[in-house]
Amino acid sequence: MGCSIVVDSRLCKGCGICVELCPARALELSKELSPSGYRNPVQTGKCVGCRTCEMFCPDFAIAVVCNGKGSA
Amino acid sequence: MSVAKHFSRKYLREEVLPTPFCPGCFNGVVMNAMFKAMEELGIEDLRNFVFVSGIGCSSWIPNPLIRADSLHTLHGRAVAVATGVKLANPRLNVVVIGGDGDLVAIGGNHLLHAARRNMDLLVVMVNNMVYAMTRGQLAPTTPLGFRTATTPYGNFEPPINVAKLLINTNANYVARWCVSNFHKLKQSFKEALSEVSKGFRFIEVVAPCITYVVRYEGKTPGQKIKELREACVEVKSISEIDDVERRGKIAVGVFKKELKPGYVELYESYASRAREASQK
Repeated sequence: MGCSIVVDSRLCKGCGICVELCPARALELSKELSPSGYRNPVQTGKCVGCRTCEMFCPDFAIAVVCNGKGSA
Repeated sequence: MSVAKHFSRKYLREEVLPTPFCPGCFNGVVMNAMFKAMEELGIEDLRNFVFVSGIGCSSWIPNPLIRADSLHTLHGRAVAVATGVKLANPRLNVVVIGGDGDLVAIGGNHLLHAARRNMDLLVVMVNNMVYAMTRGQLAPTTPLGFRTATTPYGNFEPPINVAKLLINTNANYVARWCVSNFHKLKQSFKEALSEVSKGFRFIEVVAPCITYVVRYEGKTPGQKIKELREACVEVKSISEIDDVERRGKIAVGVFKKELKPGYVELYESYASRAREASQK
């Protein structure tokens, strides 16, 4: 049980929508820069699997995996 | 186990990612809503779809991003070209995606007449409130008092209310949602692709430009989504629209839903009548 958040650092532009909209406050922008120069989100708290970040991610970079399965 | 991917990625061309949009641009959220609707309807490949767009930021959505046939046409002429595509092959599902500048400012007459004919198209208007691609000038949909590049002291031109205009035409389906109403927007896409699959279907998405509206206001994309959740009020009937707008809110909802015959159906019955008359 439990969900985890996978971020594709090639696509993420660090807009922070996922960090601000996460109802469980499970995400934070990283201190280090990604290869393309953005601050990607990293999971710091417990993910409840609501998939809000996935729905509002404008760059298709985030995926929520619950019990080993993504939504796709 | 392969690495999990975002659900939209199966409809996208991997080789052109990342997207050409600014960080946080709501165009991606509109795409997510559309793809989620397609996923739930069981549309796996987009072979029966043609996406037509004109010029503008949101016209970059179909071409090159979506893994389907698409036409990137002249500025403002997306609806006119889509009309031609639909009449040439009526079995295709034709979707027009454009911005307010493309569909209303320069292409306003095409939009109006396609709606008048009840042309079998799904038109998605991403209303970002400014001419974003040319650096945020005043657009016909800019709300009063808005600071843009050409009205730095606040807009004084009254805007056009496109959804309200199209209610009074012959269109089958007219809806407006804010980008924050993700599930309702997805539901509208589902209705426009399955239930009301003929006639002119128009979905307006209020998605303020990240760079020239949201950043000018000193906000982040996430704050803007939270603000839109408060500012968008769903109405049940079109008589409430004026009331909501007088309070300074954005009226959203499905404003019109009918099942009148579309243009292709009317044209085919006309053609058969013409054939009968010529054989006499």
